[in-house]
Amino acid sequence: MRRSLLFIPGNNPAMLQNSDVFDSDAVIYDLEDAVSVTEKDAARILVSQYLQSRKGEPPMETIVRINAPDTKYFADDIEHIVSDKIDTIMLPKATVESLTLLNKVLTEAEKKKGMKKRINVVPIVELCVSVLQIDDIVKCPRVNGVLLGAEDLSSDLEVVRTKQGNEILYPRMRLAYACAAYKIDAIDTPFTDTNDNEGLKSDCLFAGNLGMNAKAAIHPNQVPVINEVFVPAQKSIEWALRVEEAARQASQKGLGVFSLDGKMVDKPVIQRAENIIKKARKYNLI
Amino acid sequence: MKNFLDRFVPEGFKPFEGSGAYKNKKRKLIKEKATSQGFKTLKSVADMFDKLGISDGMTLSFHHHLRNGDFVLNMVAEEIKRRNLKNIKLAPSSIFPNNKILVELIEKGNVTDIYTDYVNGPVAEAISRGKLKGMCVMHTHGGRPMAIESGDLHIDVAILAVPAVDKCGNGSGVEGSGACGSLGYAESDLKYADKVVFVTDTLIDKAENAQLDGKYVDYVLKVDAIGDPNGIVSGTTKITKDPVGLKIARNTVKLLEEIGLIKDGLSMQTGAGGTSLAVAHYVRSRMIEKGIKGSFASGGITGYFTDMLDEGLLNELYDVQCFDLKAVQSISRNKNHHAISGSRYANAFDDNIVDKLDFVILGATEIDLNFNVNVTTDSHGMLMGGSGGHSDTAHGAKVTVITTNLVKSRLPIIKEKVTTVTTPGEDVDVVVTERGIAINPRRTDLLEKVKNSRLPIVTIEELLETAHSITGLPDKLVLSDKPVGVVVYRDGTVIDTIYKVK
Repeated sequence: MRRSLLFIPGNNPAMLQNSDVFDSDAVIYDLEDAVSVTEKDAARILVSQYLQSRKGEPPMETIVRINAPDTKYFADDIEHIVSDKIDTIMLPKATVESLTLLNKVLTEAEKKKGMKKRINVVPIVELCVSVLQIDDIVKCPRVNGVLLGAEDLSSDLEVVRTKQGNEILYPRMRLAYACAAYKIDAIDTPFTDTNDNEGLKSDCLFAGNLGMNAKAAIHPNQVPVINEVFVPAQKSIEWALRVEEAARQASQKGLGVFSLDGKMVDKPVIQRAENIIKKARKYNLI
Repeated sequence: MKNFLDRFVPEGFKPFEGSGAYKNKKRKLIKEKATSQGFKTLKSVADMFDKLGISDGMTLSFHHHLRNGDFVLNMVAEEIKRRNLKNIKLAPSSIFPNNKILVELIEKGNVTDIYTDYVNGPVAEAISRGKLKGMCVMHTHGGRPMAIESGDLHIDVAILAVPAVDKCGNGSGVEGSGACGSLGYAESDLKYADKVVFVTDTLIDKAENAQLDGKYVDYVLKVDAIGDPNGIVSGTTKITKDPVGLKIARNTVKLLEEIGLIKDGLSMQTGAGGTSLAVAHYVRSRMIEKGIKGSFASGGITGYFTDMLDEGLLNELYDVQCFDLKAVQSISRNKNHHAISGSRYANAFDDNIVDKLDFVILGATEIDLNFNVNVTTDSHGMLMGGSGGHSDTAHGAKVTVITTNLVKSRLPIIKEKVTTVTTPGEDVDVVVTERGIAINPRRTDLLEKVKNSRLPIVTIEELLETAHSITGLPDKLVLSDKPVGVVVYRDGTVIDTIYKVK
C-alpha cells in the first residue's frame, strides 16, 4: 500500500543523501531516464555504494528504476543493484515478455547472492502494447504495483501530452481496474509541472476518483500534496470507525446486515470501511 | 576568567552570568546629547573631518540600514586612510562585504577596534586572522543601544546615512533616492553621540515621516549618493524552494500548532532567510484556514510580512530595519507599519518588543548538546556573522525555535560543544531539522504538549548521533589561544571569546 513514490536521480549525491527525509512511501533511485548515457556507470556505482553504506532500516520502500532489458545497461544494473538493500525493481517499458525475463534474472541473482529477500517488481506501462497487455502484466510474478508512464505512452501513441490529461484517460482506467482486480497498487503518472501544486492536487484527485491509489513524484515538494490526497479524508475515517463499531455491535446480535444513519450496511460496505481504517492506521491518521 | 557557561572571558570584560541576570540590574542612562542650535552644512567629507576635529583614537559610529549598498562608511574610511589617522575605533551596527576597504585600514593600524553587531565578508576574515590590533566587540541589536545609552560605548561622532533630510534637520528613511525604510539602529547614536552628522543625497523642505529628530543634528553633509538602494536587500528574502528547507518549515508549523501558538492574536518574528520565510508562509496558510488574525510581527521586515499586514492577517508591524524594497514602500504608506528604534526593539532595559513575542524562528551555524547556538563563527572558527537580534529575541520570545538542516555542506550542525556561543541554550527551546525535532529538556511544558503528537520528537543527542552517522566524526577544530574579539550578551557581559584562526 503506497501513496507517494519519489524519483531521485541516481547521479546526484546531494539528493541521494536526503532522499529518505521527504516522507514519501517509496523512493525510486533512477538509473534510467534521469541519467545521461555518459553517466550510467557512475550513477549505478553511486546508487549501489549509497545503498550499501546506508545504516539501519530506511523509513520508506527502496526501489531502483533500472534500464530496460533491451539496453546494454540492464545486465550491469542487475548485477550491481540487486541486494537485500532494495525492496523493488522498477522496470521501464514493461511488457509481459520483459517481465518474464526480469523474473528469471532476479531469481538467478537472488540465488547467486544468497539473498533472504524476494525482490518485488513495479512495471511501468508506457507503451501502447503494454496498455493492451495490462490484464496479464498485473498477473506477472513479483508485480505488486504498476506505474503509468504517460510521457512515453503519449509519445508512443503520437498524441500531445496535456495538463488536462484526456489523452491518458483510457490507460488510467484500464490500469486502475486491472490493479484493483489483483489488489495491487495503481500508481499514477507524475505531474510534470513542479511549480504547480494546485494543478498537482487536481490531478491527484482526478486520478484517485478513477481508481488510482498512488502517484509518482518527480520533486520532493510534490510529496506532501500526494500524501494528502491519497489517504482517506478525515470524514471518511470517522464514517469508517462508526461502521466498524456498528458492525461489531451487529455481529454480537448475530446480524449480517444492519442500518446506520438510515442506510443499509452490508459486507461490501464493511469491507470498504475496513480498508479505510487499515490505510488510516498505516499512515498514523488514527 | 570563566563565565557561567565555562567560556573564557578576557581581562577587562564582565563575565556572562545567565540570560536573566540583567533583571537584577538597573538601567543606566547617560544624558542625551545637547540639542543643537540648528545644524551647519558641510562641504565634503574632508570638511567634516576638519570641522569636527576627527582625529587619532576617536570612536566613529554608523548604522547599517543601507546594508551591502552603503557608501557612507566607505567614504569615511577613505578619508581616514587619506589622513592616515591612527587607532580609530569604528562602531557600525553591522559590517558587510562592500566595506572591504576597512581591511587595509585594519592592517595599517588606522582602525584598531571595532564594535558591531554583525560582520561578514573580508573584514570578518581579517579580524579572524588576527589583523585587528585591538578587539572586535560583538554586541546584539538590543545590546548595542544599551551600551550606547549607558555610556559603555562612547561615540565621539555618529556619521549617519540619511536618505532625506529636511530644512529642520529631521531625517527620513522613506524619501530620497536611497530610501531604506526604518532607521531604527541609528536612534541611539543620534541621541547619545557627542556629535551627529547626517550624510544625505536628498534635501527636502519637510519630511512627512521623519524618524530621526533634527534637534540632535549638528551637521549635514550632502553627497551625490549615500548608497545603492538595491544593496539593502538582504541576501535571501524569498521563500526557499529547497525541499529540505520546506520540510523543516512544515514541521515547524506543525510543532507551533501542537503547542498552541497558531492562535488568534499571535505575535511572531521569523527573519528573512528562505526557510524562515517558508515558516511564515505556512503560518499564514494556517491562519487563513483557521480564520485567525495575528497581533504583530517584528524585526527586520520583508515584503512577505507587509503582504500579511495588507491582507489583514496582522494588526501591526514593528520594523527596526527593512530587508527589502517592498518593506520600504510599505512603511511609508501603512500607518500600522511602525518604524522602531533598536532600543525599543530589543534593549533588555527598555519596554521592548521582543519580550512580547509568542515565538521566534531563528537559524544557526552550530547548536550543541546544551542547546547553545552559534551564529557568530563558522565551523572553522572564522567570523562570519554575529547575533544581530538572535539572542535578544531568543530571550524575549515565549518559544524560540531554531530551524536548520542537520547537515550542511557535509558538516553536522549539531555539535557536542559549539565553537562560539552566541545565544545561550537556556533561551533556546526547540531545534527543528529534517531528521527530527529536539526540545530542550528544560521546557517540560512543551514536551508535555507534544507527547501524544505524531511529530518526530527526538533528543538532541539522537540528532547528533544521526548527523554523525551521515558525516562521520568531524576532526576537532583547533584554534589559536589569541582572542580577537568577544561576543557580548545583551546585558553587556561576555558570553564567549572569538579566537584567531590558525
